[in-house]
Amino acid sequence: MVVSAGSLLRTALVALFALIAVLPLLWMVNVSLMAPGTAATFPPPFWPAHPTLANYRELLLPHPGGLTSYHILPALGNSAVLASLTTVLSLLLCVPAGYAFAKLRFWGRARMLQALLALAVVPAQVAMLPLFLMLKSVGLVNTYAGVLAPWLAGVYGVLFIRQATLAVPDEMLDAARIDGASEARIFLSVVLPLLRPVVVTLALFAFLASWSDFLWPLIAITDQQHYTLPVALAAISREHGGDTELMMSGAVVTTLPVLLLFLALQRYYFTGILGGSIKG
Amino acid sequence: MTRQARAGLGFVLPVMIGTVLVLVIPTIGAALLSVTDFDIYALADIANLRFVGAGNYAELLRMPLFWRSVANTALFTAIGVPAAIATSLGVALLISSATVRWKPVWRVLLFAPYVTTLVATAVVWRYMFDRHNGLLNYALSLISIAPVDWLGDPRTSIPATLIFIVWKAFGYNMLVFIAALSTVPQELAEAARLDGAGAWARFRHVTLPAIGPALLLAAVLSVANFIQIFTEPYVMTHGGPAQSTVTVLYFMFDQGFTWWNLGMASAVAMIVFVVILLVTAVQARLGKRNEWW
Repeated sequence: MVVSAGSLLRTALVALFALIAVLPLLWMVNVSLMAPGTAATFPPPFWPAHPTLANYRELLLPHPGGLTSYHILPALGNSAVLASLTTVLSLLLCVPAGYAFAKLRFWGRARMLQALLALAVVPAQVAMLPLFLMLKSVGLVNTYAGVLAPWLAGVYGVLFIRQATLAVPDEMLDAARIDGASEARIFLSVVLPLLRPVVVTLALFAFLASWSDFLWPLIAITDQQHYTLPVALAAISREHGGDTELMMSGAVVTTLPVLLLFLALQRYYFTGILGGSIKG
Repeated sequence: MTRQARAGLGFVLPVMIGTVLVLVIPTIGAALLSVTDFDIYALADIANLRFVGAGNYAELLRMPLFWRSVANTALFTAIGVPAAIATSLGVALLISSATVRWKPVWRVLLFAPYVTTLVATAVVWRYMFDRHNGLLNYALSLISIAPVDWLGDPRTSIPATLIFIVWKAFGYNMLVFIAALSTVPQELAEAARLDGAGAWARFRHVTLPAIGPALLLAAVLSVANFIQIFTEPYVMTHGGPAQSTVTVLYFMFDQGFTWWNLGMASAVAMIVFVVILLVTAVQARLGKRNEWW
């Protein structure tokens, strides 16, 4: 195959853009491996001269008798637990509802669906101040339940699952009904297996969104022990902004898990953005 | 009630109840809160709460920092939306040309910034923008441009923040545009080429009409997103220097959770809500007029 000059040029240009896109991430990893104090020189070093895990040790290991504690390890635990709980909660709430809105006939279906569509335009921030007061009055500030609360609303998740479920042929459901299967059985044994790819996509979106969420955890959590990673990182950055290498290791710990998750499940991610079909 | 109706209601009720509880009631609550003087005294004892009517709104209009935040947000949106859409479209056009090789690899790399955690990459870019040892000023020094105090100078703080935002967000619309571009009729583009139409004419008359709806939708959604900028200034500049990056939501957060003026903050939230509604209405109007969706 003959490679034309134009093809080569375009490919090189795309490669250049891709390089610009990943350069800050590569730099983040590199600096996190530099010895403390060595990044802040001019010209700025790009590769670590003597790679070390010192920053990760400083950040993650407890300091017996020391004054500084960054609370990153508890934050990592909080983020992992909260993102997992958010994922489970979203699936339990949104998948059955999305299926019901697509395929089942029941009283009020059209009106409830319209209401959800209308609610899609409400910015999440509008509800946050009163929600904070509501949670405060029942003592749920600084608890996992408080951070999870906004996820009880499943507007986008329901609409996403509904859209994907519309493609499931009615004949399959009717055939199962004639065979005497209960509605719960139909959902679990007929519909869920077909929806597997979109369920994975929704789970991925929920996990990533919860992991990276910032404004709500910042409001709902006021005590360091309950910080999620983004809240903890922002707090450290306000206090220890000068320690470039340490901050970069904090950024790596915060964002690497979701980056790896995306790389592993990118197929589900991309189909999710492009409308979510149930092609496997 | 049939079995199906029972199951249907059972399946949707949990999420409907949840949505009412954490979205509908608090949204109504925000409207109510915005006409009270809910502050730290009311937080301590609800008996201190008074109805103030449009008082919060009137006071907002008299606050210079509120107007500053509106102007900053407008500037973010006015520069940011065209810059973000142009970047997404430019890269999408480039990667969509038939002769580019290894497309899946480039697509993943270009998309990577979008899935990163916003706070983490905002921290990273703070150091990229460092006046003395940042990579950006180093790159500029290679072409003999004097160092810029990106985040420390009120004249460059918004452009610098926008460079970060575009880097972080362009991947999403890039994907949307790549999908839209794949629907452009190739025979038409080929016919136009044979008729001697140049690259620009082909873009203008073949490509643009095909991706018009996607482009418009992306632009409107981007406007809504830019109006809600908060985390970037919170992490990168703390609203400074000289309040040059205080956005409307930053102002709301500050009023609400630094000063505990929750009534005032709710008034800001309602204003943001109404503006977002207007933007959505414009989108629906444009779409209807052009019979796109």
